[in-house]
Amino acid sequence: MYLYPKWIRVWHVINAAMILILIVTGLSMQYTDKDNASYVVGFAKAVRWHNFAAIVLILNYILFVTGNLLTNNGRYYRTSRKDFLLNLRVQFKYYSKGMFKGEKHPFPVTEERKFNPLQKFTYILAMYVAMPLLIISGIGLLLPEIVITTIFGISGLILTDILHITMGFLLSIFMVIHIYTCTLGAKPTSLFRGIITGYHISEEE
Amino acid sequence: MFRIIILLSLINLLSLSTSGNSLYKSGNDKVKDSVTFVSRFESDNIRCFKCHGQEKYEYTNETVGKQVRDMMCSERIIPKKEFYASNHRSFSCTDCHSEQYVKFPHSGELRMEQKFNCIDCHGGDEKFAKYHFEEIVTEYQKSTHFKMEDEGFSCWKCHNPHTYKITVRNSTNLKETIAYDNAICLNCHSDYSRFQLLSDKAEINIIQKHEWLPNQALHFANVRCIECHTKYDNNIPVSHQIMPKGDAVRLCNECHSKNSILMASLYKFESKEHRRYGFFNGIILNASYVIGANRNEYLNLLSLVIFFGVIIIIALHIIFRIREINKNK
Ligand code: HEC
Ligand code: HEC
Ligand code: HEC
Ligand code: HEC
Ligand code: HEC
Ligand code: HEC
Ligand code: HEC
Ligand code: HEM
Repeated sequence: MYLYPKWIRVWHVINAAMILILIVTGLSMQYTDKDNASYVVGFAKAVRWHNFAAIVLILNYILFVTGNLLTNNGRYYRTSRKDFLLNLRVQFKYYSKGMFKGEKHPFPVTEERKFNPLQKFTYILAMYVAMPLLIISGIGLLLPEIVITTIFGISGLILTDILHITMGFLLSIFMVIHIYTCTLGAKPTSLFRGIITGYHISEEE
Repeated sequence: MFRIIILLSLINLLSLSTSGNSLYKSGNDKVKDSVTFVSRFESDNIRCFKCHGQEKYEYTNETVGKQVRDMMCSERIIPKKEFYASNHRSFSCTDCHSEQYVKFPHSGELRMEQKFNCIDCHGGDEKFAKYHFEEIVTEYQKSTHFKMEDEGFSCWKCHNPHTYKITVRNSTNLKETIAYDNAICLNCHSDYSRFQLLSDKAEINIIQKHEWLPNQALHFANVRCIECHTKYDNNIPVSHQIMPKGDAVRLCNECHSKNSILMASLYKFESKEHRRYGFFNGIILNASYVIGANRNEYLNLLSLVIFFGVIIIIALHIIFRIREINKNK
């Protein structure tokens, strides 16, 4: 089943690479110490790489949003309120119990349904909530002049920064879970093959 | 998409309402009393201020008996308000300058007038012990500027005799303090006309020389030149030993770290309280956010707990999957 058009695959490789750079450099900045001045990456280098990767990531994010607006890949990210919570629960039950009892996928992948409900939900949270917040707070830190200086007596930069680290952290956690759930395909490697070749291998095939 | 538009407009709103104020509003109104200060020598000083207080001065040319108006050169203008707000506001001009200055034209001999040094008045005085004048003099003598003493460099070059006012010690607004202290250096280092009085060197472009520092404008508004250029010393409130340029702080981590040097310099007067709301270097938070220096230990702990929680869940999941595969075999 051809599910991942070329542009989404290109987007995804760039996105994954940039996120990895951002995590490594971001952690180095947050945890610098005088004694181990080169914690993974030296501070000055970390700032440079973090800025670079961030700008690529933003451009890439624009590609993701416009791509999903213009092509019909976007339909996979639309939810209907009907049975939303119920479906999430069904999928969760499958991952936590059903799959160990040899049950069938409750929401098998089809042309119409690339993502199972849980996948869809986390992808929407990651791409349309966490990512925009991450990017906006990041721009605020890059151009501190535009950040409001005080909000209720607390420095605006601090709030911006806390938002930024929190979103960065949540996306890192997302990535760990994401990579793990991507081993839950027909074979542990088949989904990874899919996002590179474009073809999804179903368990039935 | 809709969400993004809302977010963008929110951010716009936030940045539109930017206010320049920092949150330094706590007590301590020491600066204010300058407004109400009345000098005992007010009327004495008028004799000098009538000419040295503004750009224009007048005198009577005795030979032709005519009133003459002329221009006071800017270096010799002393803003009255700033003088009466300065440390030495209780002085009469003629405490430091010869009484003969009352006469105009001033006598040529007065040009050779010997000026006091700070230490002449402040040396060995208990009242000023907390300023550590003696140690400051020793540090100054080790500083890179000292070699220019013969060309006329002295404490007065940084401490304008008529306007110097202790600032960082009583700081209620850190940003203003930083601007005040940096202006002292920039007096020469961004004004070649003063610089060349002391050195034959070609102009040093400060902006260019600090190109390696990202967000330069932000840095210069949030740290002082002396943070990087002096050898810092715990015994002296304001370190005065300006080091040769090669020894200046270049490592970002000196500030951007848990044990930031800013705690021992810029924030020295307030660093009694070490952590606030779990933030390392909490007081820095009052005025600015220094990446790496302001870590929140609770957030750190929480993130570790979540991270390892996720890892454990994944590990359990893997174990169950392996058991399932083995069962099927
Ligand atoms: C009538 C105007 C006038 C009055 C009054 C006057 N000055 Fe001046 N003063 C000048 C001018 C003009 C100069 C610069 C030219 C010169 O050095 O003669 C000057 C120069 C000086 C200098 C610098 C001399 C140098 O070595 O460069 C000092 C110090 C000074 N005045 C102190 C005083 C003091 C103190 C008083 C008050 C007791 C005073 N002046 C009153 C006009 C005046
Ligand atoms: C605490 C001592 C002190 C007091 C008080 C003081 N001066 Fe001065 N003044 C000095 C010193 C020291 C210098 C030389 C500064 C230097 O070498 O850079 C000086 C220099 C000057 C100059 C020459 C400026 C220049 O850059 O060449 C003028 C004019 C002057 N004073 C006027 C006054 C007047 C007018 C008053 C009173 C309002 C006054 N001074 C009060 C110490 C003092
Ligand atoms: C002519 C003597 C004299 C000279 C020269 C002098 N001072 Fe002072 N200074 C005083 C006196 C007296 C006071 C106290 C003034 C008062 O309390 O109103 C004072 C006050 C101060 C204060 C404020 C102290 C406080 O607690 O309010 C500082 C700081 C200071 N001087 C620094 C300097 C420096 C730096 C120099 C040299 C650049 C210098 N002084 C030169 C006599 C002098
Ligand atoms: C290169 C510039 C420079 C020179 C030269 C210099 N100072 Fe300072 N000094 C400063 C700065 C900057 C401050 C901080 C001012 C502030 O914010 O209160 C300061 C502060 C001080 C203070 C107040 C410290 C406190 O605890 O509040 C004293 C006293 C002092 N200097 C004395 C001297 C003496 C004495 C000399 C000459 C031996 C001297 N300074 C030379 C730059 C200089
Ligand atoms: C973040 C630390 C930092 C700050 C803040 C800083 N400097 Fe520097 N500065 C340096 C370093 C490091 C060098 C050495 C650069 C080099 O070797 O080329 C330097 C070099 C210089 C030089 C010598 C340039 C030359 O090549 O001769 C001057 C003068 C100077 N700084 C003045 C200032 C002044 C004035 C300020 C405040 C407005 C300031 N600095 C703020 C770190 C700093
Ligand atoms: C009265 C003028 C004046 C003031 C004020 C001044 N400087 Fe300088 N500074 C000079 C001159 C002139 C030189 C060049 C010396 C030479 O010829 O090597 C210099 C050199 C330097 C250097 C380079 C030293 C080297 O190794 O080449 C540094 C760093 C420096 N100043 C820092 C500062 C700082 C920081 C301050 C403020 C606290 C300051 N200066 C205030 C005049 C000044
Ligand atoms: C003398 C101390 C000092 C040194 C050295 C220093 N910084 Fe900073 N830096 C600060 C302070 C203070 C701030 C916070 C400014 C504020 O309030 O936003 C800052 C802010 C920043 C920011 C902006 C963060 C934001 O909120 O947008 C960056 C990026 C940065 N520093 C990078 C560096 C790099 C890279 C280096 C080394 C080349 C460096 N800094 C060296 C003190 C320092
Ligand atoms: C935080 C960084 C990442 C984000 C935000 C992210 C996001 C996404 C999204 C939105 C999709 C669906 C794309 C579509 O078809 O429309 C996807 C698919 C996929 N991603 Fe990621 N990804 C990230 C990192 C990674 C990494 C590092 C890997 C592997 C090492 C990976 C492996 C995969 C695989 C195998 C798929 C296909 C399976 C599927 O459609 O669910 N991802 N990713």
